[in-house]
Amino acid sequence: MIALDNVSLRVDRGEVLALVGENGAGKSTLMKILGGVHQPDAGEILFDGQPVRIRHVSDALRLGIAFIHQELNVLDNLDVAANVFLGREPRSSAFGLIDTRRIHAETKPFLDRLGLTVPTRTRVGQLSIAQRQLVEIARALSLQARLLIMDEPTSSLTLPETQRLLALVRELRSQGVSVIYISHRLGELDQCADRVAVLRDGRNAGELARDEIHHDRMVGMMVGREIKNFYVTSSAPRTPRHLRVRGLRSRLFPQHAVSFDAAQGEILGFAGLVGAGRSELMKALVGLDGPVTADVFLGDKKLAINSPRDAIGHGLYLAPEDRASEGLVLRMTIRENITLPCLPHYAAAGLIQRKRERAVAEEQMSSLKIKAPTAESLLLNLSGGNQQKVVLGKWLAMRPAVMILDEPTRGIDVGAKAEIYRLMRALAQGGAVILMVSSDMEEVLNLSDRVAVMHEGKITGLLERAHCAEDKIMQLAMGRPSGCAQPAFTEP
Amino acid sequence: MKKDLGIFTLLVVLCGLTALKSPAFLSAANLANLANVIGLFGIFSLGTGLVIITGGIDLSVGSMIALTGVLLSMSLREWHWPWPLAALFILVLPMVLGSLHGLLITRLRIQPFIVTLCGLLIYRGLARFIADDTTKGFGDWEGYATLGNLAHARPLGIPMPFWFLVGLAVIFWFVLHRSVYGRYLFAVGRNEEAARFCGINTRAVIAGSYVIAGLLTGFSGILFAFYTNSVSPSNHGNFYELYGIAAAVLGGCSLRGGEGSIIGIIIGTALLQVLQNLVNLLGIPSSLNFAVMGAVVLLGVLGDQIAQRRATRRLAPVSVATPPAAPEPKK
Repeated sequence: MIALDNVSLRVDRGEVLALVGENGAGKSTLMKILGGVHQPDAGEILFDGQPVRIRHVSDALRLGIAFIHQELNVLDNLDVAANVFLGREPRSSAFGLIDTRRIHAETKPFLDRLGLTVPTRTRVGQLSIAQRQLVEIARALSLQARLLIMDEPTSSLTLPETQRLLALVRELRSQGVSVIYISHRLGELDQCADRVAVLRDGRNAGELARDEIHHDRMVGMMVGREIKNFYVTSSAPRTPRHLRVRGLRSRLFPQHAVSFDAAQGEILGFAGLVGAGRSELMKALVGLDGPVTADVFLGDKKLAINSPRDAIGHGLYLAPEDRASEGLVLRMTIRENITLPCLPHYAAAGLIQRKRERAVAEEQMSSLKIKAPTAESLLLNLSGGNQQKVVLGKWLAMRPAVMILDEPTRGIDVGAKAEIYRLMRALAQGGAVILMVSSDMEEVLNLSDRVAVMHEGKITGLLERAHCAEDKIMQLAMGRPSGCAQPAFTEP
Repeated sequence: MKKDLGIFTLLVVLCGLTALKSPAFLSAANLANLANVIGLFGIFSLGTGLVIITGGIDLSVGSMIALTGVLLSMSLREWHWPWPLAALFILVLPMVLGSLHGLLITRLRIQPFIVTLCGLLIYRGLARFIADDTTKGFGDWEGYATLGNLAHARPLGIPMPFWFLVGLAVIFWFVLHRSVYGRYLFAVGRNEEAARFCGINTRAVIAGSYVIAGLLTGFSGILFAFYTNSVSPSNHGNFYELYGIAAAVLGGCSLRGGEGSIIGIIIGTALLQVLQNLVNLLGIPSSLNFAVMGAVVLLGVLGDQIAQRRATRRLAPVSVATPPAAPEPKK
C-alpha cells in the first residue's frame, strides 16, 4: 500500500499552511513522517535549509517540531499541569522528585493564552472534550515549537473556542512560528491560512494562495470534481408536533426541565456550546439515565421509557457522539454490530441465525455504500466515515421513528459527510423525526429545518430555517435572547 | 480458531513427549484417571471462562467447592436429607451466591476481583466453621449410592465427570457461540457502554454469568466431594479458581474481556491436567508442580501474544500507535 506518492510540501518561517484532503488522502501519514513516527521510503526533509533525518519523535522535538494529534493524547487520571509537562517533568533539587510547584506555575500562562480558565490542579478526567483538547494544545505550546503541526485541532471545539484558537495561530505566526494546520472545517481556513495545500490519494493536488482560498474550490480540488451543493434541501411533507417532549431533565442539569416539539419529516438541529447539555439531554430521552420521568408523546401515543430497551422498542434510536466507546463494538464485525440492538429478532429458540444476520448486514452495506471487504470485517479496520455508516445502518435496519444523531459527521471526510447528509434527508422524507446535535455550524445551518439552541441546560430559543444565521445562533448559545427566535417552549 | 489450534498443538506435543518418555502415560488406568480430572476441573472452568469473557473474574470457586462439599456431606449424613434434595441444595446455593456476586458487581459497582476475593475468604471460613474444622466424609453411601455412582460410574470405561464435561461443553458451545446470550456476553466484554446503548440489559448479562459460574461450581462441587470421598474444609478445593483462570487464559480468554472460546477452555484444562500427570510420570519433583504449570501458562500466553502481534502487523502496514510523550533531550 502506498500512502504517499512523491509528495512535496513547503512551509515558510512564520507561515500558516493549511493542509486539506479527504480521509485517506495521506495528510496524517505525511505529518507522522515529519513528527518522526513513520519513516519515508524515499525523499528528503530540509529544515532551515539543512537536510535532516527524523528517526524518532525525540528527533522531531529536538528540531522544534511539535505535533498536536487528532486523537486526544491526554491522561485522564493526571491533573492539567502534569499532562502539560508529561515526560519532561522538572525535578526539584532535593531527592529528585517532581517539582510540582514549578510545573503548576509554568502551566498557568499557557492556559491563560488559550483562555482555559480551569485550575491547573484539575484532573483532566473532569474536563470536557474541548477542554482536554486545549490542554493538549497547551502542551505543544510549552514545547516552544518552531513548527507546530495541528491535526484537526478544532474537531471538538465550540465556535468561541475555535475563534480563540485561530487567534492564537495568528499570534504564533507573528512570532515567527510556522504552523501546518489540518482541518475538515474548511470555513476556518480562510481565517487563518496563508496558503492551502491540497492532497488527494497520496499526491499533491494543488495549492491555493491567500486570496484564492474559497470553500468550493477547496472541496473541488479535494474530491477532484466540483461539488456545488452537497446539502439537500427539504421538501418532505410535515406532520407538526409529531414528537412532543415535556419536562425532560438530564443528569447534567437536573434543575432544568426541557420541552420541545419536532415534526415528522423534520430535521431539528440542536446547537449550542459544548457543555450546554445537548448530548446529555438526548441520552436522558432514550432512557440511558434511568426511567424517563418526562412526558414523551409520539403521534397520539404516550411513551413509557424506563430503559434504553424501551426507547428502542418505541423506535427511538440514538447514534451517540462517541462512536468508538458508545456507538460501536469495534472488536466485532459489521454483521454483529448491525444486528446487536435487535438480536432476538434474528434468533429462533435463542440460537442466532447467521444467514439472516448476514443478509441484513449486506443489505445495509450496499444501500449505505459501506466500504469494507465483507460483512465479517472488524469495525476496527474501517475508516471513521464507514464506521459511522455502520452506526446508521444498525438503526436504519430497524426503521426509526425518531432518529437522534449526536455529532453525526465528527472526524469524517467530505465525501462521506455528503452521503450521510443525503441519508439523513432521505430518512426524514421517509417520515422519521430527526434530532441532530451538532457543533459544526455549517452542518447545523445547512441541514436543519429548525434549530433549537441550548445554553446551560435550557433551550434558549428556536429558529425557523429562514431566520437561521450563525450570529443569531451564537447569541442564543451564549444565553442572550435573539430578535427573531421563538421563545423557548412555554407550556400551553 | 487459530488460537485454539496453537494450544491444541502444544497439548498434542506434550502428550506425545510424555508418552515417549513414559509408556505408563498411555495405560488405560492413567488415561481414565486423566479423563476424570479433566472432567472435574473442566466443568467449573467453563463458568470461569464465561465470567472472564464479560471482563470479570471469579476467585471464589475453590472455597465454594469446599463449602458445597462440607454441606453435601452434612446434609446427607448428619441431617439425613434425601439425596435429590441435598443435590438440589448444593446446586442452588452457589447460584444464589453467584447472583449475590453479580448484584454487588453490577448494582453497587464493586470490582469483580474484590467481590469474589471476599467470597473466597468468606466461604472458606464458613466451610471450616460449619464443619467445625473436621474432615467430613461419605461413609458407605448408604441411601445416596445413586448420587455417588453419578460421580464414580465409568460407562464405556470413561469416568462420568468426563461425560458430563462433554455434554456441558456442547451445551455451552451453543450458548456462547450461537445464542443471543452468548453474543451479548462478548458484546458486554468488548464494550459494555456500546452494548448498553444498544438496549442490552448489560447488568443482567453480567450477573447471569456469575450465576452460571455458581451453578457449574456447585455441580463440580458434588463430583469433587465424591471423587475425594472426604472433605477437609481447610484445603479441599484450594487454588481451584486459579486452575479455572489458567485454563481460560491458556485457552485464549483475555482478562480484558470479550475474547474466548469453549473449545479453548477445554483444551486449556486438559493441558493443565496433562502437565500435572507429566510431572508425576516423569519423576519431576512434585514440589515443582506449580512452577511447571506457571511456566507453561506464561509460555502459552507469550506465544499467543507474539503470534497476535505478527498478525496485526500484517493486517495494518501503517501502525496506528501514537508516539509516547517524548522526553526532553538531555542537556
